[in-house]
Amino acid sequence: MSTILNLPNQQDAQLPKLSYLNDGYGLKSWLLTGDHKRIAMLYLISITFFFFIGAAFAGVIRLELLTPQPDLVASDTYNKLFTMHGIIMIFLFLVPSVPATIGNFVLPIMVGAKDLAFPKINLLSWYLYVGAGFFILWALVAGGVDTGWTFTTPLSTHYLNTNVMTAAVGVFIAGFSSIFTGLNFIVTVHRMRCPGMTWFRLPLFIWAHYATSILMVLGTPVLAITLVLVALERTVGIGVFDPTKGGDPLLFQHLFWFYSHPAVYIMILPGMAVISEVISTFSRKRVFGYTAVAFSSVAIAVFGFFVWAHHMFIMGVSNYSALVFSLLTMLVAVPSAIKIFNWSFTLYKGSITFETPMLYAFGFMGLFTIGGLTGVFLGSMGMDIHLTETYFIVAHFHFVMVGGMLMAYLAGIHFWWPKMTGRMYPESMSKMSAVITFVGFILTFFPQFILGYLGMPRRYHAYPPEFQVLNVLSTAGATVLGIGYLLPMLYMTWSLKYGKIAGSNPWQATGLEWQIQSPPLTENFIDIPVMDHEAYDYDWLAHKTEHEVTTVG
Amino acid sequence: MDSQAIVTGHEESPEAHQAHPPYLRHHFVTVEQQAETASFGMWLFLLTEIMFFGGLFMAYLLYRNWYYDAFVASSNTLGIGLGTTNTAVLILSSFTMAMGVYSAETRNRKGLLTSLSLTILLGLVFLGIKTIEYHEKYVEHHIPGANFSVEDFVHPTDKRDVPLAPDMAQHAQLFFFLYFAMTGMHALHMIIGISILFVLFVQAWHGAYTNGHTSTIDNFGLYWHFVDIVWIFLFPLLYLISRHPLK
Amino acid sequence: MSTPTGHEHHIVGPKIYLLILCALLVLTATTTGAAFINMGVFSPIVALGIACIKAVLVILFFMHIRYSSKVLMLTVAAGFFTFLVLITMTLCDYISRAWGLW
Repeated sequence: MSTILNLPNQQDAQLPKLSYLNDGYGLKSWLLTGDHKRIAMLYLISITFFFFIGAAFAGVIRLELLTPQPDLVASDTYNKLFTMHGIIMIFLFLVPSVPATIGNFVLPIMVGAKDLAFPKINLLSWYLYVGAGFFILWALVAGGVDTGWTFTTPLSTHYLNTNVMTAAVGVFIAGFSSIFTGLNFIVTVHRMRCPGMTWFRLPLFIWAHYATSILMVLGTPVLAITLVLVALERTVGIGVFDPTKGGDPLLFQHLFWFYSHPAVYIMILPGMAVISEVISTFSRKRVFGYTAVAFSSVAIAVFGFFVWAHHMFIMGVSNYSALVFSLLTMLVAVPSAIKIFNWSFTLYKGSITFETPMLYAFGFMGLFTIGGLTGVFLGSMGMDIHLTETYFIVAHFHFVMVGGMLMAYLAGIHFWWPKMTGRMYPESMSKMSAVITFVGFILTFFPQFILGYLGMPRRYHAYPPEFQVLNVLSTAGATVLGIGYLLPMLYMTWSLKYGKIAGSNPWQATGLEWQIQSPPLTENFIDIPVMDHEAYDYDWLAHKTEHEVTTVG
Repeated sequence: MDSQAIVTGHEESPEAHQAHPPYLRHHFVTVEQQAETASFGMWLFLLTEIMFFGGLFMAYLLYRNWYYDAFVASSNTLGIGLGTTNTAVLILSSFTMAMGVYSAETRNRKGLLTSLSLTILLGLVFLGIKTIEYHEKYVEHHIPGANFSVEDFVHPTDKRDVPLAPDMAQHAQLFFFLYFAMTGMHALHMIIGISILFVLFVQAWHGAYTNGHTSTIDNFGLYWHFVDIVWIFLFPLLYLISRHPLK
Repeated sequence: MSTPTGHEHHIVGPKIYLLILCALLVLTATTTGAAFINMGVFSPIVALGIACIKAVLVILFFMHIRYSSKVLMLTVAAGFFTFLVLITMTLCDYISRAWGLW
């Protein structure tokens, strides 16, 4: 099979003498760094750590669901398992995944800057993330939380006594980590673009991260105040969410979902950012309809604020407002669809090659489409009344978040790994992992659509025996999926020492980050670049490499 | 632009270093860029504050509409004199802060120090008056949950007050909870602001903000004005729901 | 490079600040006074209206938005817009619910 991978001659290839990795040694130089690339690496390690904890919980959940009887864990324990799985995966993995690792690393370089606008605040973001992780681990060790990641009142405020406060504090802190990252990105994109870098010459990765950052800055504070109100309700017991004292539990849900719906776009937009870059590079073609894709990112961000009550259709909202939210939900699907169409047209008549990032990108396109379409089913109120709180919802959000976002994250890690580390991972292993992940994913989550449609409720660990076959399939798939996620850990770590030297542009991509050394210098550029061509300009790249000197003497 | 072939050192020559002021960070090209960036960053932070208080305003709006009578009665127990005074005090402190920004921009160290200390003073006066008001609520048994008593609402002493039914009177607690939550959150922001003002005062004493680097004072000013704006909305919503008509 | 705001070159003087201070104090007295007048359904409208005017004065002059770039103006607008979306769309639900409570 053909490949565009272009590695330097391994006989005499070497990592650059000076890069951000060896520019200053010792723990202090890492823990007090202002370098966005080092902070990205710090995030990479901590995010991976929490991912595996969250995944372990998923494993136990699937193990319990092998049998219809509640025989593996007690009911309360099961509740704690899916709650902790949700909290960790959403707040400690998905929300920061691409922005904090890949975004932090690549965004300043892509706009032609030497660092983000506020390096110290960037470091603060990471410390806040670690602090949040600490609180959530504390909640875990102290016995767990069993409210569901949604902290629904009055369950979380009046009927439970399990570490809700600790978990809420953890999520509160994680929220501010997210806010500061978003703030940093917005300011950087506005004020630190290099000469010639107009808005419409920016890679689409930047547009999607810009949209994400708007969501982070405007949405997350509402989650923060909601958690404060829950905390006050639990400690002082005033009644703001207590019907016996005149409060409305639904007010909590309005405030909670006002953030949590934009949150799902916070999670998926960076994945879409990665896909734009990967699809363009591996079809050797500029992204079709650049303007449409750019504006659709912003449209997703804006419309994302108008649809939150579609999580509340059966909770007691008025029929009329439910109708309005349902209609608006149909609207919000349009920009996402526009992106899928544009990526498809990018592929059409492109020179497609199937390197690992591209395999993950294809997986994304198929799985996200299914997940997104099922979202439209759920957005229509009539369907939602039947399907909500069943496994259909579980399947829907896992398709978009795991089949979509996690695949995009892996695509991004595999795409920018040579830039971040200077080394390539073993291509055959990585391709195999991608395929294993894809197969495992479908086996795990497709049966859940059927289960949900047939009526199996979510968050239950006992179910009618006729659902067992589908559950067993799902658990089998989870095992395969687990292997698919474990393998990259192993071969990526291996590649740090034994991987081939990647050179500055192994994928022959057009972004500014590929025109500097791998790994980059601390200050990214020796001279600030002047941008004189459009994004994804492969002609410019061909012209440049023609006249490029890559060896000395 | 190909930086792969030869890696040069990235230290600057001493001459180049003197060309830009010491407070210019290296990832910025000009002082202007740095100042605009900092200002933009502060505005974005203020956006998060708008949304943060927004949740509380939402809760307030809802329950004011559901329990209007209880809210009116409760609001009337708040001292309008103290409330108006506090509003004026905070507005005055916004003025002194703005003057502080002006002093920094015109490199007037004494003016800056005066403005900062006046702002601190006015901020402390505001907090002092708030403390008096909170104490009043404690004495009158209007603190929700802890020592709340419906007496004043079911059997009001003022003849102009309409007595409330007991269950509506209980909902007065919601008003007071929101009163304490919103003014408490506001006061927390004031305390943080005043603490930072002390730090800024000390730094300004050493000339930090009258040498051309006005960014920090500018941006703190933005924060302080924002806290003022929150109070500008809190005051009518909490104190001025529906006072008895003057005779 | 992104265009400068021009803010650095425009220093707002004490005269303007004093003017705005007086306006704000007058408006404060007005809103307090208006609270004693029974205007029925217009009372909250007047109160919030005056508060909005005060807030706008602070934002435009004390916070220098009057002299700032379009980006900053748009940013402030975006913040208030999102706040309004939170309030109005949530109220949409409550308004069209249990008619008895209204």
